[in-house]
Amino acid sequence: MADQTYPIPGSLDAAPSRGAALLEWLHSWVVTVDHKKLGILYVVYALFFLVVAGVEALAIRIQLAVPNAHFLSPELYNEFFTMHGTTMVFLVGMPILFGFANYMVPLMIGARDMAFPRLNAFSFWMTAFGGLLLYYSFIGGFGLYGMGAAPDVGWWAYAPLTAKAFSPGHATDYWALALVVSGFGTLGTAINIIATILSMRCRGMTLFRMPLFAWLMLVVSGLTLITITPLTAAQIMLVIDRYLGGHFFDTQAGGSAVVWMHFFWIFGHPEVYVLVLPAFAIANEIIPVFSRKAIFGYPAMVAASVGIAFISLTVWAHHMFTVGMTSVSNAFFVLSTMMVGIPTGIKIFNWLATLWGGRIRFATPMLFCTAFLFQFLIAGLTGIMLSVAAWDWQLHNSYFVVAHFHYVLVGAIVFCIFAAIYYWYPKVTGRMLSERLGKWHFWLFLIGFHVTFDTMHFVGLLGMPRSIYTYEADRGWGTLNMVVSIGGFVQGIAVLIFVWNLINSYFHGAKAGNDPWDAWTLEWSTPSPPPPYNFATDPVVRSRRPLWDLKHPNDPDWKYER
Amino acid sequence: MSTIPIFADENWRMPSRGRVGMFSLIIGESAIFTIFVVAYVYYIGRSTYGPTPQILDVPIFNTVCLLSSSLTIWLAEHAIERGRIRLFGAWWALTMALGIIFLGGTAVEWNKLIFTDGLTIRSNLFGTTFYSLVGLHATHVVVGLIMLSLVLIFTLIGRIEQRHAERIQVLSLYWHFVDAVWVVVFTVVYIVGR
Repeated sequence: MADQTYPIPGSLDAAPSRGAALLEWLHSWVVTVDHKKLGILYVVYALFFLVVAGVEALAIRIQLAVPNAHFLSPELYNEFFTMHGTTMVFLVGMPILFGFANYMVPLMIGARDMAFPRLNAFSFWMTAFGGLLLYYSFIGGFGLYGMGAAPDVGWWAYAPLTAKAFSPGHATDYWALALVVSGFGTLGTAINIIATILSMRCRGMTLFRMPLFAWLMLVVSGLTLITITPLTAAQIMLVIDRYLGGHFFDTQAGGSAVVWMHFFWIFGHPEVYVLVLPAFAIANEIIPVFSRKAIFGYPAMVAASVGIAFISLTVWAHHMFTVGMTSVSNAFFVLSTMMVGIPTGIKIFNWLATLWGGRIRFATPMLFCTAFLFQFLIAGLTGIMLSVAAWDWQLHNSYFVVAHFHYVLVGAIVFCIFAAIYYWYPKVTGRMLSERLGKWHFWLFLIGFHVTFDTMHFVGLLGMPRSIYTYEADRGWGTLNMVVSIGGFVQGIAVLIFVWNLINSYFHGAKAGNDPWDAWTLEWSTPSPPPPYNFATDPVVRSRRPLWDLKHPNDPDWKYER
Repeated sequence: MSTIPIFADENWRMPSRGRVGMFSLIIGESAIFTIFVVAYVYYIGRSTYGPTPQILDVPIFNTVCLLSSSLTIWLAEHAIERGRIRLFGAWWALTMALGIIFLGGTAVEWNKLIFTDGLTIRSNLFGTTFYSLVGLHATHVVVGLIMLSLVLIFTLIGRIEQRHAERIQVLSLYWHFVDAVWVVVFTVVYIVGR
């Protein structure tokens, strides 16, 4: 058996030949069950909706830039902030992170595909049709009464606003059904990732030799199983209420609006961790490679991730301090929320220790990850501020909260998504993204981000509530809101540069080669882009950094790892 | 191109992906049922008008049928493991029959509730929670029966062999789950909630 070689011999590199006809090419994308193509579909789909939801955000910011503006009608404003939130969470965040998982996990663990390739395709198309269903509501949501178009109940859709009496027409139904449909897709992907990681690892790839990316995706998928499903259950209840005349959230019949809040946030808060753990996963891969050091505290990282997943299931009612719970419940959710700071703190220190003494290369992926470290820290600190019930009573539903969660969702997650795209784009396409445009993208986005969201904290402290259509001039929020809006447009310009970089580099970027970053995980042992079968011979690993062992046969990791 | 000799032992085994996948699905489904059960329990006695859970009759025969189908499907699993396809088919068909009897029993129960007691999903909060929880379970029985009948058709046309034992067992896991959920639903709806 010693004649087996790895990575795959060059003679087997089958250059993927594009079908001559465009139709054939499109057909191949529609019927594909290849985890890499599906991963690309996920990411492209998510980037499309990132631009759509970004445009919605900019429209909101134009409306709020000056007092008493009339850029949007009040109805359209409600629809836009609802669609912005729903789109960003369900059509951007989840698909893009599952897209990365789809593409990278089989490559990282030395498998040839996911455990269930056809389920994988099914899941993607369910997610895709969920998105189409949601956006079809803009034209299809008029309903019997000719009222409303897109959903306008907020992404949290509190009862009783969602009752038939207060939300006539079909817009809310589109919202509920779109989330059920895409939820099934998400569930399928989560099952697939778990089965892939637990059953498809290559020889020698024990659980504790897996790249942390794969570990965190395992944790995220497990968390997804038990967080997306409560949302599905709650949406089914909502549809029963709206279509079959049920009374789950009908207070006049003994139902309870607060129960909806509980069910929604039992999904809603762990969802934040479903989104942020993949961001950690990306940072876990990029920071060591660009610091030229192995990750510090691998077992602690795994334990912290599992810890975050468990704690995240016990914190949901910190979204509900102002509902009026008992002091005991308030105290419980204050303390459980603060506990999240412990495992996330462990992670921050591990990343810092990885950077410490490293030979850091500030290429674009690393720039985004560095910014992520600072921004995630600040987001965590404002999170701990808001976890104090008394402080939350003051600031609940203000722009301070909006600024806090955008610091997590943009400052941590979107920054890591950009880092991941700059890091893995060479693997996926075989071309490097332009570093010059990447730096422009980074700095503009960084400045725009801080101008927008740092300022937004102050608007919130000055008492501006979220989700309001406009405000009077004498409130003193005008200047700050203008600053926030300007920052939003700077971010918009940065994203345009990024999109141009993606398109231009695809045709004109420098050739990447197999391993442009001198990295250590298995995906870099394949050609760029990897062939459909990934590995010509099944790889075998002996340590957490198989490519390090290969490149440094005199000083392999497995001598030290036990 | 360096060469790494195979060093790992030849017994590199991973758990079956089918089982892992099915267990994951079961975990996810359990969360859905948990939410419906919590809603049911929370809303017990909160209906402001209309029929109350006292109108329910405990479906003992139904329950016995469904729970024994777990035993028959287990016997079917054993039969196919040992390659006895005809025996497998017999136990499998019996499992399906028990499942169908359960659904029939539910239909009779609902018929009585709707037309004698006037309880529908919209009549009051109890109706909403009862029909959605029991109906969610019945939906799972229907899905299970569809999958079981596919296997029965394949058995009848002679396409099921001993090597399919593992797939059969993965499918059986789902059926066992549906039965186990009934224990919870039965306890909550007919014992605790009545």
